Amino acid sequence: MIRARELGKRYGEKRVLWGIDLDLPRGGVLVVTGPNGSGKTTLLRLCAGLAVPTEGELEVAVDRGRLGFLAHEPLVYRELTALENLDLYGRLYRVPERRERIGMLLERFGLWDARHERVAAYSRGMTQRLALCRALLHEPELLVLDEPFTALDAEGATLLDAQLRELAGERTLLVSTHDPARIDPLATLRLELAA
Amino acid sequence: MNGYFADVGALARKDLLLELRARDTLPAMLLFVLATFVVFHFALPSGSSDLAASGLLWVAIVFTALLGLGRAFVPEREQRVFDALVLAPNDRSAIWVAKALATLAFLAGVEVVALPVFAAFFHGIGAATVGGVVLADVGICAVGTFVGAMATASRARELLLPLLFLPLAIPIVIGGVGASIVDSPGRYLGFLAVYDLIFATLCWASFDYVVAE
Repeated sequence: MIRARELGKRYGEKRVLWGIDLDLPRGGVLVVTGPNGSGKTTLLRLCAGLAVPTEGELEVAVDRGRLGFLAHEPLVYRELTALENLDLYGRLYRVPERRERIGMLLERFGLWDARHERVAAYSRGMTQRLALCRALLHEPELLVLDEPFTALDAEGATLLDAQLRELAGERTLLVSTHDPARIDPLATLRLELAA
Repeated sequence: MNGYFADVGALARKDLLLELRARDTLPAMLLFVLATFVVFHFALPSGSSDLAASGLLWVAIVFTALLGLGRAFVPEREQRVFDALVLAPNDRSAIWVAKALATLAFLAGVEVVALPVFAAFFHGIGAATVGGVVLADVGICAVGTFVGAMATASRARELLLPLLFLPLAIPIVIGGVGASIVDSPGRYLGFLAVYDLIFATLCWASFDYVVAE
């Protein structure tokens, strides 16, 4: 699913990632760890197609519409409600039975009662749950998650744990984290980046 | 193609809804253009010709549009929503078309108020001027939205947008002023239409390259 050879990225003079070799098969779970500034987010953005490599080769064998991406930022509009945000993405991703799928995700992540509230009124944890709903909405083949447990409370983290266990094996997962213990049992491949 | 227009519709509707909720672009544009007319009214010496006032109308339109364009991608920038839009499987140019249409709606809304106010302060506005404004709006929004998207990716976005947009808007000002002041404005209106066609096509075809990091 993902193959990288001597992959690297520079922003101007600054080299933020270098020498990455990867072979992640379909259905694999890659856990990326490393200190702040080690290039975890850059690697995930490269794999998601949001950045272009400046060194080496990268092949990601998945169509753009079959990729789910969770970033540091929630990638949702603050002035729209949860329902309006997910409906917009559902339309753009041509999600079949959109309303049912949105309803199911909002129920699962405990946001159904707050579905008509603007995201601006959400707590950080609720926003992160909504971001997870957005990333999972179109049932992606490849799920790229950048520190997904950030801001989640114990209940949210448990829900995410369950979701990841359900997806592992069926879907390809690429997860960066500062807390590898949470996801390590699912990992089929580990990558530790140096600062 | 139906899917493309559905994407444009969904994205443009989202922009209108955001403005309806936040109300941070349209009122600012309206206040700006009205304030500009007041300043021009007192800045122009009494007895100045209508020609000078016609030129000022176009200055006001371009800078009011610039204000709106500066706000156009703020919702996408705030939560990096642009990344999510870029990852969607639709044709990326739909993002540009939708944003240009929403900006055009805001600009047209402002002008519905601004043009009669201009007529009250300075002189009457003919059909050629209105036609020129309509065609100019299309060009302004097409080019401005494209440049706005480019600037969004930059750290110096507040500087970059006017620096890139204003030179590109010079032909629009030439066409608009020409259409407003000559007896046979067809040539200038045609010039604006050609500008719109060329630049809208270029922006539509190259938007994909603007959004790659």
